[in-house]
Amino acid sequence: MRTFRRRKIEERIFKVLMLASTVVVTASLLVIVGTIVVKSLPALRLSMLVQTPKGGYYLGKEGGILNAIAGSLYLASGATLLAVLLSLPVVLYLNLYTRKSSVLAMFTRFSLDVLWGIPSIVYGAFGFIVMMTLGLRASLLAGIITVGLLEIPIMARAMDEVIRLVPPALKDASDSLGATKLETALKVVVKQALPGILTAVLIAFGRGIGDAASVLFTAGFTDSLPGSLLQPAATLPLAIFFQLGTPFPEVQQRAYASAAVLTLIILVISLVSRVLIKRFTRHTIK
Amino acid sequence: MRRLKDLLARRAMFLLTAVPGLLVFLMLFGLLLRSRAILAFHSFTGLLFGSGWHPLKGEFGFLPFLAGTLWVTLVAMIIAVPVSLLTAVYLSEYAPRSVRELTKPVVDLLAGIPSVVYGVWGVLMVVPFVGKVLAPLFGVYSSGYSVLSGGIVLAIMVFPTIIHVALEVFSAVPHELRETSLSLGATTWETVKHVVLRKGLQGIFAAVVLGLSRAFGETMAVLMVVGNVARLPKSVFDPAYPLPALIANNYGEMMSIPRYDSALMFAALVLLLVVLVFNLGARFILVKIERKVE
Repeated sequence: MRTFRRRKIEERIFKVLMLASTVVVTASLLVIVGTIVVKSLPALRLSMLVQTPKGGYYLGKEGGILNAIAGSLYLASGATLLAVLLSLPVVLYLNLYTRKSSVLAMFTRFSLDVLWGIPSIVYGAFGFIVMMTLGLRASLLAGIITVGLLEIPIMARAMDEVIRLVPPALKDASDSLGATKLETALKVVVKQALPGILTAVLIAFGRGIGDAASVLFTAGFTDSLPGSLLQPAATLPLAIFFQLGTPFPEVQQRAYASAAVLTLIILVISLVSRVLIKRFTRHTIK
Repeated sequence: MRRLKDLLARRAMFLLTAVPGLLVFLMLFGLLLRSRAILAFHSFTGLLFGSGWHPLKGEFGFLPFLAGTLWVTLVAMIIAVPVSLLTAVYLSEYAPRSVRELTKPVVDLLAGIPSVVYGVWGVLMVVPFVGKVLAPLFGVYSSGYSVLSGGIVLAIMVFPTIIHVALEVFSAVPHELRETSLSLGATTWETVKHVVLRKGLQGIFAAVVLGLSRAFGETMAVLMVVGNVARLPKSVFDPAYPLPALIANNYGEMMSIPRYDSALMFAALVLLLVVLVFNLGARFILVKIERKVE
């Protein structure tokens, strides 16, 4: 038996280590966001947000990144819509029509977990293959398909977690009133889980708008605003990447500013989803 | 009419439910099909362990890139595993409720920050730190674009994955066990060491493996700070060229050199296979734990 003193000391040491680790994790977020914001301030101007790149923009001439902001918003919206259309029915089916232990449910949940773990560059390569097979060029549409696929596991897993929490009694009550399963699903379950579902949608949107590796092959890049689904579209992550890759300090500064814009979008999305949860849970039955 | 609608919806939903499972196989199949062109010329092991990379001469050896990936991933895990696990233990066993509520959004945000932003931060802060502070400290020269920079940035990126899974694993350890240990006079840390960690060992392993596979496939952030020199790194201050970076960097030229695109698709296939194996193993363990809890 070791002495009480030594045991106490060991406890102390590990407690300090744990606290230090937690501080490291928390501080890294602050340091990352802080660095980006501070470094971007000299280059951050309104004109950057409302102009497309003019000739010689990447050499340090006039212009902005509106092309990338618009492209990213279009692309992420389209991809998120696609992902909702594919994820929501799957999650509803898993929760309302199958039992948790059924082979289909287990296999599908397992597949979603596995898909979640696949790196976005692999989605990009796969999207590229799909694009070639469909005879598409690098375009907004190809980007939407690829990012949509990437978003499915993120969205479906988050939705599954909230829909699983809908009380069974609520479903039984709806069933006993003579509602069909579809009516129960749409009017009771979806309504009850709406805040959670919206959060899932926002999380997936955030992931979609920030991903670079998947759009590299598929969405292309252009200096003009996206005109149609079949034309290439610029995206914010790639705009940051390309600007940082130039040898000109002025342009690199703009990369920092663009990164700040992207970070801001992500922060706003996460804030909105938190507010949504608070707002909507007032109207749901506990 | 309502019946019909219900029936149709049911069929449609059933069909859509097949999508996730199918997608995994489609990806494997698609990448395999595309890699066939290169596999017809080179053997699987020849590609993986060949060290010459000269696409123009038709020479495709992935060894430098595999080594680059392994180095960067290893450095990242050495940093990330202790820090994430200690944080998870603190949050689950020690932290007061208010701290936990405050830390959770931070970890979520860390997971939500786009990898390009991590990359920009790496270029701004980690690369100069490694090049101007750490390397001179060890008496070596480094531009800063190095395995170590990649590892540091990557470590922060996998914190959330490991912390999340570990927290779930710890919460699956029954409370009675902890209370028994505490009532026998064990300190909190001893309870953690002998009860929580031991009970959650498999789950912790799964958490680490999931973090590992996340690190393995991360592309943009690493690409921006790691230097991208296709040579075997000799120390952590050397640049490296990980596999995902290779794919991302060469999408432009790949259509103009014969079999280049196929070689890159083969690289994606290798990534997918490794990540699949890691994920299948980890998920298998986690499903088993979840079932035990129920």
